[in-house]
Amino acid sequence: MDAIALFFVLGFLARLARSDLKLPAQLYEALSIYLLLAIGLKGGMELARQDPLAVLPQASAVIVLGILIPLIAFPILYKLGRFDRFNAAAIAGHYGSVSVVTFAVAVDYLIARDIPYEAYLPLFLVLLEMPGIAVGVLLARLGGNMREVRWGSLLHEIFLGKSMVLLAGGLLIGWAAGPDGLKPLQPFFFDLFKGALCLFLLEMGLVAAGQAGALRSSGLFLAGFALGMPVVSALLGIVLGAAIGLSAGGTLLLATLAASASYIAAPAAMRIAVPEANPGLSITAALVITFPFNLLLGIPLYHRLVSLIHGG
Amino acid sequence: MPNTHPCKLVVLITERALEEKLSRDVMRLGAHGYTVADVRGRGSHGDRSGTWDADRSIRMEILCDVSTAVTITTHVEATYFRHYAMVAFVADVGVLRPEKFAG
Repeated sequence: MDAIALFFVLGFLARLARSDLKLPAQLYEALSIYLLLAIGLKGGMELARQDPLAVLPQASAVIVLGILIPLIAFPILYKLGRFDRFNAAAIAGHYGSVSVVTFAVAVDYLIARDIPYEAYLPLFLVLLEMPGIAVGVLLARLGGNMREVRWGSLLHEIFLGKSMVLLAGGLLIGWAAGPDGLKPLQPFFFDLFKGALCLFLLEMGLVAAGQAGALRSSGLFLAGFALGMPVVSALLGIVLGAAIGLSAGGTLLLATLAASASYIAAPAAMRIAVPEANPGLSITAALVITFPFNLLLGIPLYHRLVSLIHGG
Repeated sequence: MPNTHPCKLVVLITERALEEKLSRDVMRLGAHGYTVADVRGRGSHGDRSGTWDADRSIRMEILCDVSTAVTITTHVEATYFRHYAMVAFVADVGVLRPEKFAG
């Protein structure tokens, strides 16, 4: 098992055993700022080496994927799971959006195995963060009063939420500065990245175990959904990755992005845009089940599936 | 105490997600200012340990006159009680420089 996943396990077990271990909230905040900026910078740096027009068709296909996933998740939750419209839509929105940390772990998985990938993939991370949330909000308001949606504040929340500003900002800085301009930042943003990721995962383990009690009240259907939906989304990601000509590594990253569910950007946006939804349900599904599943089992599984297509 | 003047202290303990909205609301409803602190605790919405975003709580305190206190509490009751974790209460306090908080 990869060392970084073990940090998640450590945090999870420590919290279950009622250890007094607690990371200061400010450290959590600082780590998330650092990780988002570093991922953005790295992607932007690679983007500077690409022909932007060549990436455009791929980027549009990826946005379609971000819209499609919540549209698949919603009827499953609404019709089969019998969640009310608000909860079904909010959960679907979380699964349409992405988890940055899951992406970072998948990148580390590839690097540890010397599998090459398109290094501009953080661009897709930025593109996939928004559509899912927007579709989730639309689904929640469909059939109701569309005028109740405060589009101004929702768009503000989505586009100027801190994760978006940091990711997209890092991407732009990396793109503008290019590989040479970023050289002085190498030790801080790239060499130390993995250590910071480990600390962050330790905290995620603590938080996930702290939320685990909510599993009892959220029901078996949601647990099944949180395990099954990532696999369905990953398959879509794999098919799309192959269709737009990504390498095996790039396809695995796209599959992981599709499979991951947001637990930072989406909860904040949904809380304001769909207050009727119970935030505990989405967070339990995304953080307590889907995140560890992707981390420990999902990524190796998607790797196998990708290998079937790419023949090794 | 002879040197203090009666004033209302409105206290709202709620989700961090509401801070920006509430700040705008209370100023619009006549408050002269407010103080916000990050807090943690436990209640009917479970343990809000405050370690990460979705789990954070704030306490907003507003010193104001009676009518503003009524306006603010009526507004938050109608707008936020149904879907958000919120505790609201009003206390009688004595302030110095009453013109800072009322009128």
